[in-house]
Amino acid sequence: MKLVVNNREIAIDADPAMPLLWALRDVIGLTGTKFGCGAAQCGACTVHLDGQAIRSCITPISDAEGKKLTTIEAATDGTDRVGAAVHAAWVKHDVAQCGYCQSGQIMSAIAFLQSQPPGRPPTTAEIDAAMAGNICRCGTYARIRAAVADAARTLA
Amino acid sequence: MLPNIDYRDLPHAAQRLMARSQTDEAVLLPRRSFLKLAGAGGLALGAFPHLAMAQAAGGQGTNALKPTEQPSAFVQIAANGEVTVTINRLEFGQGVQTALPMILAEELDADWSLVRSRHGSNDDAYIDPRFGIHLTGGSNSIKNSFTQYRELGARARAMLLGAAAARWKVDVATLRTQSGAVLRPDGRKLSYGELAEAAMALPVPEKVTLKDPKDFRIIGRPTPRLDARAKSSGQQNFGIDVRLPGQLTAVVARPPVFGARLASVDDSAARAVKGVKAVLRVPLDGGAEGVAVVADGYWQATQGREALKLQWNTSAVEKVDSEKQLAQYRELAARPGPRKFDADMAPLDTAPRRLEAEFVFPYLAHAAMEPLNCTVRIAEDRAELWTGSQCPGLDGAAAARVLGLKPEQVAVHVQMAGGGFGRRFASSSDFVVEACEIAKATRAAGLNAPVRTLWSREDDMRGGYYRPMHLHRARIGFDERGKVLAWDHVIVGQSITTGTVFGGFQVKDGIDATATEGMRDPYPLPMRLTVHHPKLNVPVLWWRSVGSTHTAFVMETLIDEIARSTNQDPVAYRMDLFGDQHPRHRAALQMAVDKSGYGKTRLPSGRAFGVAVHESFQTVVAYVVEASVQDGRAVLHRVTAGVHCNLAVNPRTVEAQLQGAAVMGLSMCLPGAAITLKDGVVEQGNFGDFTVARMSDIPAFDVHIVPSADPPTGMGEPGLPPLAPAFANAIAQLTGKPLRQLPFKLA
Repeated sequence: MKLVVNNREIAIDADPAMPLLWALRDVIGLTGTKFGCGAAQCGACTVHLDGQAIRSCITPISDAEGKKLTTIEAATDGTDRVGAAVHAAWVKHDVAQCGYCQSGQIMSAIAFLQSQPPGRPPTTAEIDAAMAGNICRCGTYARIRAAVADAARTLA
Repeated sequence: MLPNIDYRDLPHAAQRLMARSQTDEAVLLPRRSFLKLAGAGGLALGAFPHLAMAQAAGGQGTNALKPTEQPSAFVQIAANGEVTVTINRLEFGQGVQTALPMILAEELDADWSLVRSRHGSNDDAYIDPRFGIHLTGGSNSIKNSFTQYRELGARARAMLLGAAAARWKVDVATLRTQSGAVLRPDGRKLSYGELAEAAMALPVPEKVTLKDPKDFRIIGRPTPRLDARAKSSGQQNFGIDVRLPGQLTAVVARPPVFGARLASVDDSAARAVKGVKAVLRVPLDGGAEGVAVVADGYWQATQGREALKLQWNTSAVEKVDSEKQLAQYRELAARPGPRKFDADMAPLDTAPRRLEAEFVFPYLAHAAMEPLNCTVRIAEDRAELWTGSQCPGLDGAAAARVLGLKPEQVAVHVQMAGGGFGRRFASSSDFVVEACEIAKATRAAGLNAPVRTLWSREDDMRGGYYRPMHLHRARIGFDERGKVLAWDHVIVGQSITTGTVFGGFQVKDGIDATATEGMRDPYPLPMRLTVHHPKLNVPVLWWRSVGSTHTAFVMETLIDEIARSTNQDPVAYRMDLFGDQHPRHRAALQMAVDKSGYGKTRLPSGRAFGVAVHESFQTVVAYVVEASVQDGRAVLHRVTAGVHCNLAVNPRTVEAQLQGAAVMGLSMCLPGAAITLKDGVVEQGNFGDFTVARMSDIPAFDVHIVPSADPPTGMGEPGLPPLAPAFANAIAQLTGKPLRQLPFKLA
């Protein structure tokens, strides 16, 4: 099976039912995407499939065939304008504590800001709703909220 | 994650033995890590004199040196000037990976932009200088290593100065240091990178003078975390990300009831799953038994686990049931038992006002975001472990016991951890022992490969080691002015430390200090406190702020209720009780009050202020919160914090820890934040049925630190205890009904 991961075509030999999360982590070796719950309940495994935020822990690799998969490693490497702004805001606000959930948080934030109409900054309620699927047990939420708002401002 | 206790009382020698579990002569030989450091690419400052001293000490090895006297183990300076500081703690979010290097860099006069950080190991150098064992817990990392890291930095600086003086052939007294360089009066300078190799050859000075705190330029400055970039780009590796050549992954089929063993195993279908390499019956924690499925990766291993046909023998094991347990606790609360405090209870019968209250607190899972894992590689005469451990010494010793090795034959490579909150420090070393049993069985099955044992979220959440369930009962007699005349209090809950290596000094007269910390003090109350510790097979453990997770709630809601029922302002009432005896409590509360608008601002209709103050781990945190009730749910809108943690090494981290601990305290209040058991089976398994706070639950935060130059106190945990009672007090103002249960039950 062939996957397009971070603009690279990768041939992998795996059960088509294997979740993308484990294909990325155990087969391809991209460990930036994290395992948190295995049931789409915490958001730690969030990646983008054709630009949409999805939970890679419950998405079989067969669903990704012919689509463009983007992980945290590429989303924050500076090539994507929104990704770069979110990464910079995360660093500026010193969001991370343990940092384990932050890949997923950042991927959700990027997808949210990419979906926003230009020229209108999101409200706090909109940010909260967009980020409510991502758990942070360290409780970095206040800084996540500030970082998303800040990234939105720099993109406006 | 340890209770408030003065560890200076503990004999270090006993702890060292405990950490190693045996008195083997071999453990006193010079350790190998310092040689390894010297060969690690960078220059280990002072490695050679360190080794020379170790040898001169005649077999006493590095034990002859205190951890403050071994700069070689803590600071490496590369030729390009990069300073790498090794931390003697686990970084699992609390920010010590930045704060400890800040402390060392301050006295070293390092160029902060060139400072890096890395984790230590189970090497002796990295024991806590106060506890005498390797430990990240009790909010002690900065508190116990503040002077240590200052001295290490100062010693390294003195050696660099000595090397510069020799190079220039001048009196060392004429030289000074600044931002990573030694300077001569004429303006010439040598960078630390240029001096490091020569400095290595010099002896480690015994005595050094530390800076006057008024000259600090790194300590006390809000400093971005060293790991911020890596953690904002997927580049930070955690224990779960360790990938060794040929590594296999194991998952374990665990019994449905704690302690149960297997009746029958049919693994034929599991063995047939593609990628499954071995199916092994393994001993588990607490006398239980399980089946490990070892495979190429996690997915294949879980597929194998699902294909197992297992029958469990649960007839012989205790099956705890939460409903029955509560009834038993209530019955127990009525019985006489050992007393922590005593006072005359006669005024209870004659007091003009009386209050009776019962509080119930459930089991709680730590539910760190990174599921438990440990990777083990075994060779003939040694083993290596990679895991996020709060106690690598204990874990390494436990691994050695399982693997039939000596403790010094086991290296624990401490990994960045995705949270922990106490779960990564158990005297049983449960998840490390389990991973070693599996690695051992895998090797015995003829597979010579490193094995990563990885827990699913359900394994993690159903795996026990919970904050114990507690029942509190209080009968309080007071007068019309709120003066408490007698307070009769009972706590029922499992002991965390009884039966563990910590029981010896935590449990006195049948009372575990981890269950009662936070009771009574700082209020001058005539309290009788009776404690019952029922024995159940549900494993229990410290959980961020330990006893204060429940005692602060009980104390601060009851104090508030007495104030309100006698028509007194809850802040003034507390201030009056603090008197002159507790200036840090007063300062923290005053700070929160002043910054919140409490007593001055009129809140919108339907909103109320709530107040609570609590000291834990020697830090006092006061919260003034704003809350409301919306659609039958308690909603927290705003939190203003006053924190007294003495000197804040990194104010930015102090703020983060405060917010994070408050959010964990908020989590305890939310519907669904409970672990319950039905007929021995844990009823929750994932975040869908065990609630933790999400973005939509989060208030606005305003954190204020009381200025102080005194040596720092704990910061990892103290933000948690006062949040739930402040929130409850606000809701009680609105509804007129006190909340006496966590999670909140408003109906």
